[in-house]
Amino acid sequence: MIGQVFRRELLLAWRRPGDTLLPLTFFVIVGSLFPFGVGAEPALLRAIGPGVVWIAAVLATLLGLPRLFAADQHGGALEQLLLSPAPLTALVAAKIAAQWLTCGLPLALAAPVLALGFGLNFSDLAVLLAGLLLGTPLLHLLGAISAALTLGLRGGGALLGLLVLPLYVPVLIFGSGAVQAAALGFGAGANLSLLAAMLVLAAVFAPFATAAALRISLD
Amino acid sequence: MLELCDLAAVRSNTVLFRRLNVMLHAGEALRVAGPNGAGKTTLLRIVCGLTEPARGAVCWDGTPIRNLGDDYRARLGFLGHQEGHFGDLTAHENLALAGAPVTPRAVALALERVGLAALANQPARLLSQGQRRRLGLGRLLLQPALLWVLDEPLTGLDRQGVELVSHLLAEHLAGGGLAVLTTHQDLPGLDGVLRELDLGRPA
Repeated sequence: MIGQVFRRELLLAWRRPGDTLLPLTFFVIVGSLFPFGVGAEPALLRAIGPGVVWIAAVLATLLGLPRLFAADQHGGALEQLLLSPAPLTALVAAKIAAQWLTCGLPLALAAPVLALGFGLNFSDLAVLLAGLLLGTPLLHLLGAISAALTLGLRGGGALLGLLVLPLYVPVLIFGSGAVQAAALGFGAGANLSLLAAMLVLAAVFAPFATAAALRISLD
Repeated sequence: MLELCDLAAVRSNTVLFRRLNVMLHAGEALRVAGPNGAGKTTLLRIVCGLTEPARGAVCWDGTPIRNLGDDYRARLGFLGHQEGHFGDLTAHENLALAGAPVTPRAVALALERVGLAALANQPARLLSQGQRRRLGLGRLLLQPALLWVLDEPLTGLDRQGVELVSHLLAEHLAGGGLAVLTTHQDLPGLDGVLRELDLGRPA
């Protein structure tokens, strides 16, 4: 049952390439607009690079969040999900995992290419990639709670942003902080460990919270 | 055995119904009637456990369903206002990925029974309303559920479709199943096993 939901989500993502690629396209466009805005000063670009990539990643994730449950709710598929005999927490986790695989992972993998344009060197790129590989699933897990809470509300999209952005602040700080610390020679270990710890915590608790929020939203 | 004990439901500060007591045995169907806004869909959602009743409880074999959790949901088949199909998946894929894993052969059989064999590879978004209803029935047939909860199953169906629903229901009840449904149309061939509950009148 859980595997079925996972397979269904991947198949749906494959059938709706426009929806699936939208966050990635947005990520690349926002990231590549910055050099035009702030000028081509190499030192400046290298300094803001990690922050820009991370902010673009956060915004792109936010763009894909409302679809996580809203599309299913519209057609009645979410009710069927709630009524299936498998634990809702596991089903929700499968949905989030599929969403990360189709939206978050491509974004993390595209980030080094984007960051090359900001003149980051290769060791910094590796840290950025590691941070995003830990950070993007975290963004999806935290976002799923808010997406479930704002489901079916009028103006839910705007409320979703307001709810979720404060939760994203620590991820952003430690994520871009890792690259800066590595560039300054302190090593990125501390920042990345904290990100990993947050990811483990969120992976355990976020599906529970999301499942509970879904039950309340559909009452 | 499904039992509604002293059920009451409130929607936006209006009491929809109260002191609802019904006992439904294996092989019986309950048809919920009443004017628009009487709380038919709410009652069906309460029976499914999607909505909490304001008072009372729904019991399955004497145990409140909120204590049964997944054990109850494993016995439940629900066809709501919206069928819950995915428009970008084909009819076949919709059934194959709807619940517990099933063989392609079983899916093909279910599609054939509801008259959609020729449309198996059609994306669900291209199906008409009646065909979507039929696909929803196909999902019910695939997952062995004891209790069917059907919200307006006849909407959009042609005469053959109505006969199909009656036939499937009769078969389900004859096999010891239960059903709770709402509809404004007549269901032929279910005399004796179909019980009425009118939400418009005080019980």
